[in-house]
Amino acid sequence: MVNTNPVIGLCLPEWVLPRDPFAPGFVTIAHPVPDPVQLSTSAPTLSPPEVHLLTADSITCIRDRRVVVSLARLTLAEGECIELRGANGSGKTTLLRALCGLLPCEGKVQCHVRIAFVGHRNGNAGLLTPIENLRWHRQLQDAPVDDEQLLDALARVGLLRAAGKPVQQLSQGQQRRLALARLLLSDAKVWLLDEPHAALDVAASALLDELLNTHCQEGGAVLVSSHAPLAVATRVIDLSTDDLSADHRSADSAQAAA
Amino acid sequence: MSAFAGQLVRELQLAGRARADVLNPVIFLLLAITLFALALEGKPEVLREHAAGILWVLVLLTNMLALDGMFRRDLDDGSLEQLLLSADAAIFALLGKLLVQWLVTGLLIVLLSPLLGMILNLPATVYPLLALVLLAGTPAVSFIGAIGAGLTAGARRGGALLALLILPLLVPVLIFGVSAVNRALEGEAPRAELYWLGAISLASLMAAPFATQAGLRITLEQ
Repeated sequence: MVNTNPVIGLCLPEWVLPRDPFAPGFVTIAHPVPDPVQLSTSAPTLSPPEVHLLTADSITCIRDRRVVVSLARLTLAEGECIELRGANGSGKTTLLRALCGLLPCEGKVQCHVRIAFVGHRNGNAGLLTPIENLRWHRQLQDAPVDDEQLLDALARVGLLRAAGKPVQQLSQGQQRRLALARLLLSDAKVWLLDEPHAALDVAASALLDELLNTHCQEGGAVLVSSHAPLAVATRVIDLSTDDLSADHRSADSAQAAA
Repeated sequence: MSAFAGQLVRELQLAGRARADVLNPVIFLLLAITLFALALEGKPEVLREHAAGILWVLVLLTNMLALDGMFRRDLDDGSLEQLLLSADAAIFALLGKLLVQWLVTGLLIVLLSPLLGMILNLPATVYPLLALVLLAGTPAVSFIGAIGAGLTAGARRGGALLALLILPLLVPVLIFGVSAVNRALEGEAPRAELYWLGAISLASLMAAPFATQAGLRITLEQ
């Protein structure tokens, strides 16, 4: 099931994809497979708990002939919430974008499940209302659209009163909350979040932490870039101090999670 | 298919809310054609002789204006990356986007074609054929143009670059379009030209979503 052809396999079947002869390498992401857990249960194993939802091997991202990120191996297992730390310019955003297939990079990324990505830009059209934006996101996922469900999600992030206003009239924080509502509705198992706490107030930050926690407990996995220590993180990868070669377990964050 | 329908609805909503973006290019077309008519005032036969060329060149330029902003807003607010990340649905969503792009420029021009014919002093008998020729040719302009719009969405002064990239590719449409209108003016049915225009439009409809997606990926990598 794993697409090992070195062609970006994110959006298209392989046969329609143009090959870029100039790019140094490609991200490989396989098409979403409904349930990887079921796939793995067919072979009886003695120590089943580590199911890797996303695996990245020897990732190197080069921009303007400069190595921005270089990682020997990165795995994202079920129930894991990895905090991605690093100084400004240490390549957190580049790594996240490379992992979800938006940026080309050398190395191999394998992911059998759907990925939800929230970047610096929220992904909501300014002229549309929150509810219209959510509807569009659901339809992009080929998921059934149930307006009641959308309103519930908006209520959960505290945007119910703004549901009919164009997004461009909302504040930065409210727009960020709308991105949270999208995560809430998403059925993606892997979440890649780029500084999701930015512009969020205390209440919304707490809600985000709760969301991350619930998602991990339900068997999802999260990779979050953040400048503030994340309470729910089970593991920390620091791009600025780690010698960009491997990911380590951080003792204090493991204690925090326990 | 839900992605296609969803995108179609979304683009129509956006077009309805950013009416200036839809109307400006069309107003440009009406204005430019009127200027031609004014410049050649007193020489109606010269105007009629060159009407087909004037019309098609201006239709191409109008489309360049309309295509310029096609992906820019989506790029700025991040919905473009969400669209491209949506696995297999992206192609259908892009197809919806391309269709709406044609609806709000090409189809609008087709609907306005009797007015354009009137300004260019064409006989009323060719209006139906004029509309038919534009109906067959304008989809190709929108779809091929969208490929360039995807590639240049992230570039500064992308509009000029878009025209440089795409206008040479639209020369066949221009040639067949002009020839079709001239044939219609001579009282013949421009069957061959219509077939060619239709074929180019259909072929570009097949290829454009994939090529546009590839172009948008390159844009997002910057």
